[in-house]
Amino acid sequence: MKNPDGVGKAGNVICGDLMELYIKVAKNKKGQEIIKDVKFETYGCLAAIASSSMLTDLAKGKTLEQAMAFNRKEIVSELGGLPPVKIHCSVLAGDALIEAIFDYLNKNKKPIPEKIRARHKQLQKEKEIISKKYKANVSK
Amino acid sequence: MAKKPTIYLDNAATTPIDKAVLKAMLPYLGNDFGNASSLHSPGQKARAGVEKARKQTADFLNCQTEEIIFTGSATEADNMAVLGTIKAVQKNNAKKPHIVTSEIEHPAVLEACGYLQKNGAEVSYLPVGKNGIVKLADVKKSIKPNTVLVSIMYANNEIGSIQPVAEIGKLLKAINRKLKTEIRFHTDAAQAANYLDCDARKLGVDLLTLSGHKIYGPKGVGVLYVKKGAAIEPVTFGGHQENGLRPGTENTAAIAGFGTAIEMVSANRRLQTANLTKLRNKLIDGILKTIPKTSLNGSRESRLPNNANISFSGVEGESVLFALNGAGVAVSTGSACASHKLEPSHVLLALGLPPEKAHGSIRFSLGRQTTSKEIDYVLKILPGIIKRLRKISPIK
Repeated sequence: MKNPDGVGKAGNVICGDLMELYIKVAKNKKGQEIIKDVKFETYGCLAAIASSSMLTDLAKGKTLEQAMAFNRKEIVSELGGLPPVKIHCSVLAGDALIEAIFDYLNKNKKPIPEKIRARHKQLQKEKEIISKKYKANVSK
Repeated sequence: MAKKPTIYLDNAATTPIDKAVLKAMLPYLGNDFGNASSLHSPGQKARAGVEKARKQTADFLNCQTEEIIFTGSATEADNMAVLGTIKAVQKNNAKKPHIVTSEIEHPAVLEACGYLQKNGAEVSYLPVGKNGIVKLADVKKSIKPNTVLVSIMYANNEIGSIQPVAEIGKLLKAINRKLKTEIRFHTDAAQAANYLDCDARKLGVDLLTLSGHKIYGPKGVGVLYVKKGAAIEPVTFGGHQENGLRPGTENTAAIAGFGTAIEMVSANRRLQTANLTKLRNKLIDGILKTIPKTSLNGSRESRLPNNANISFSGVEGESVLFALNGAGVAVSTGSACASHKLEPSHVLLALGLPPEKAHGSIRFSLGRQTTSKEIDYVLKILPGIIKRLRKISPIK
């Protein structure tokens, strides 16, 4: 996507999956901000690719408010279910969306709801922990 | 739904059952259903089937029939070798036993060692070079006064790298002579059996594992060769079968199938090795030439003739697996998702591969039935698949 309004990254290559989500934001007739377009890039297994693709279908046209309240379980049910070991793929897709919205709000100096800020912080922390843990494993 | 895979390039996972093998098995699933331990005629018929297979296996390993133990799988045989040896040693020795193995062993050995490590044993995991091969000097260096077992696989299941088993056997014999020790040597030859010389004496092994379903035989049967004098303790109990080492009624049909399969390996080996090396090289060269940013994992030379393990940068192995499956080609990935684990393959990490390369690897393993036409087809469709998956990947 050219000049996306927000970019969200989730997961990391160490655990296997990496998603990047790009969103374009516009206003609808009621003047609410909506996700006008959404594109993904995914490095991952089948479930990860399917989850990100499903997410783009589900997120497109939603208001930012709706998107922020998005439940990743919707991805799973729309896909007709995922095996337990693959549930994290849908979690990643949901996280990528949160991150993209956070990026958009942050860049445009708009108010960021506490819930989104907290999730963003948590995701940053998780990424650090995984990289550290992984490095320890490799250098043993 | 994906088309049923018609081109089967996952022979390291399992091989199709040869027709002659199936024929050898069928009587024991029908009229000759007797229990090999029974004294009456039906029992004796079953016994004859088991003993014929034992002779066929002993011929293959150039050993005595009493040295062959039929098991339920190669995993079970590996477990018996590792756990049974340590148990036997601990009986007469109070010292903390030390085991030497490698970072690229099959989980059947690694996890048995891990269990012992938690229960009072010491384990050294030897690293491998970029070629996926254990260094003889590292084996030598790792030996301690309390070393009792060395377990190094004959050829790796993921990358096909062939380990210097005969050299290690020689080295251990020399060490045992010099230091008056009795370090035992086990090798898992499940992947190697089709292509490499498995003469137990030439290899200098005390214990050797074979698998039925990697040699065009049935699943549910393996073999542990236990050299005379290298007695192990049983790890399961409740019967006299297989010298008391593997109690439980013999799986007559599977054992008979194993015997026929192992006999056929010897008959086919030379031709098969030459043929598969040619096809495998065509596949490797074709992929490396036509698809950018690809690399072969493991040694090119010291490698099983049927194995090609290739990393495709920027794409995840499982996505390639399913794209190929959709096109009718069955392959496997040593990476995360296939094995229900999220970490990349321990073998590829041991080679020093960065995670993105380890995650993007595909194992093609050819078999007796593989044709040149099938390789042509894979080479035709693969570049498009990789190109498409790279297009949607954030890793450029």
